[in-house]
Amino acid sequence: MDSETITRALSRIAHEILERNKGAKELRIIGIRTRGIHIARRLADKIQELEGIKPPLGTLDITLYRDDFRRKTDWPSVQKTEIAFSVEEKNVILVDDVLYTGRTTRAAIDAIMDYGRPDFIQLAVLVDRGGHRELPIQADYVGTRVMTVRTQKVEVLIKELDGRDEVIILQLGSPNEAR
Amino acid sequence: MVFEQKHILGLEELSSDEIRLILDTAESMKEVSERDVKKVPALKGVTVVNLFFEPSTRTRASFEIAEKRLSADVLNFTPTESSVVKGETLLDTARNLEAMGASVIVIRHSMSGAPWLLARELSSSIVNAGDGFHEHPSQALLDLFTVREIKKEISGLKIVIVGDILHSRVARSNIWGFIKLGAEVRVVGPPTMIPRDIEKVDVKVHYNIENALEGVDIVMMLRLQKERQESGLFPSLREYSRFYGLTRERLGLAKADVIVMHPGPINRGVELSSEVADDMHSVILNQVSNGIAVRMAMLYLVASGGGSG
Repeated sequence: MDSETITRALSRIAHEILERNKGAKELRIIGIRTRGIHIARRLADKIQELEGIKPPLGTLDITLYRDDFRRKTDWPSVQKTEIAFSVEEKNVILVDDVLYTGRTTRAAIDAIMDYGRPDFIQLAVLVDRGGHRELPIQADYVGTRVMTVRTQKVEVLIKELDGRDEVIILQLGSPNEAR
Repeated sequence: MVFEQKHILGLEELSSDEIRLILDTAESMKEVSERDVKKVPALKGVTVVNLFFEPSTRTRASFEIAEKRLSADVLNFTPTESSVVKGETLLDTARNLEAMGASVIVIRHSMSGAPWLLARELSSSIVNAGDGFHEHPSQALLDLFTVREIKKEISGLKIVIVGDILHSRVARSNIWGFIKLGAEVRVVGPPTMIPRDIEKVDVKVHYNIENALEGVDIVMMLRLQKERQESGLFPSLREYSRFYGLTRERLGLAKADVIVMHPGPINRGVELSSEVADDMHSVILNQVSNGIAVRMAMLYLVASGGGSG
C-alpha cells in the first residue's frame, strides 16, 4: 500500500464508521500504541471533515494486559494510557495498524472494560493479516486484507514516525520475529 | 530500554537509566491508580510475599496495595506470628516461602544487608523495603518521582537533607538517587549524626541549618528517632528542635518555590513545625500516594525483568 491507497482506505473507513454508528455523536476513538494512535488521529480528523464533530481521541497502552507476560524477555516499556473521557454507553472504535493473532485486540478490549461499559466496541485496522488468528476476533473496518505466511512481517510505516506512509511485507528468517 | 535487574536492592547499584526507567514506568502506573477500576492483570498468578521483620504500617500497606493493583497474590508474613519466634533463621524462613511458590519477596529487616543475603541464596526476585541503616530504595524512588513530577527535571536542583543522616536508610538511598540524577546534595544535622567520610560521595556537609537552607529547591526532613537521645547523640528534643527544626522563618531562606518532603511519620513540633507540615510547600501527602505507583513499577519490572521470565 502506498500513501495514496492508505489515505483512500482511511477515508472509506471513516465513511463506514459514520454510516454504521449513525453519525459521530457517540463515537470515542481509541488508538492502540504506537502506530494505532496515528491512524486513530487521522480517522478522527477525517470524521470531523465529514461530519463537523471531532470525536474525542484516546491512546491505549496494552502492556499491562498482555497474556505472554512470562514468555517474552524483550518487553517494550510500559507507556501511558490516556483516556480523558468516559466510555460508558459510548461507541468505542478501537484502532490498530495490523490485526494478526488477535491477542493485542483481546488485551485492548479487557483494558477498555476496566474504564467502563461502552455500548459497542468496534475494531478498525489498516491491515488484516488473514489466516493466523488465535482468538475469535474479527475487524469491523479493514483497510486491506493480505494473506501472509508466518515467516513474513507486515510493516506499517507512518509519516509522523517514519517519514512516509507505506505498508510493506518483509520476509524474515524465522517465524518468531514475525508480528 | 529493558530492565535487566532481577532484584531491586538499593539505589547505589542502579544506574541512572534504570532509575529513570522505574520513574517512567511509575507514571503509567499512576494512571492505573486514577481509574475507576484500579487494577490491571499484569502480575496475575504471581505470588508476592511481604516479609517484614520490622514494624511498618505505611510501607507495608503501600506495597500491599501496589501488589493488589497488579493482580498479584499477596501473602503478608510478620515474624511475631510466625516460626521466627521459634528460632528459625531468616534464610530458612525465606526458603520455606519460596518453596510455597513465592516468586517475589519484599523484605524489611533491621540488619543491613539482609536482602542481599536472600538475593544471593534464593531464586526469587527480592525487593528491599528497608534494611537496617543501609538502604530504603522504594522511599527514595518515590521521593525522586515526586520531585520530578513537580520540578520536571532533577538535574541541577539543590536538595538539603536535614536530621539524623547517620542512622537513616532514607537519607542513604536518596543521596545515591539524587546524585545519580544530577542534583546537588547537602546534608545538615548535629555532628554526632553525620556519617564520617560522607564527603567522599560528593555531598556537602553543613552543621548550621540556616546556611544549609540557602537557595535550595528541596528540603527533605528526616524523622528524629527519640530513642537516639538515650544513646546521647543529642541532649534534648527541645534543643534539637531549636537547632535543626524546620520553621516557616527558616524555610524563607530557601527558594520561593521550595518543596518540603518528609518520609513520615512526622514528629510535629520536633523536626517540623506544624505550620510547615501543612503548608502549601509541603508535598508529604503527594509522596504517600506516589508511593503506590512507584512500588507497582518496581514489582512489575523485577517480575518481568532479567532472569525471572
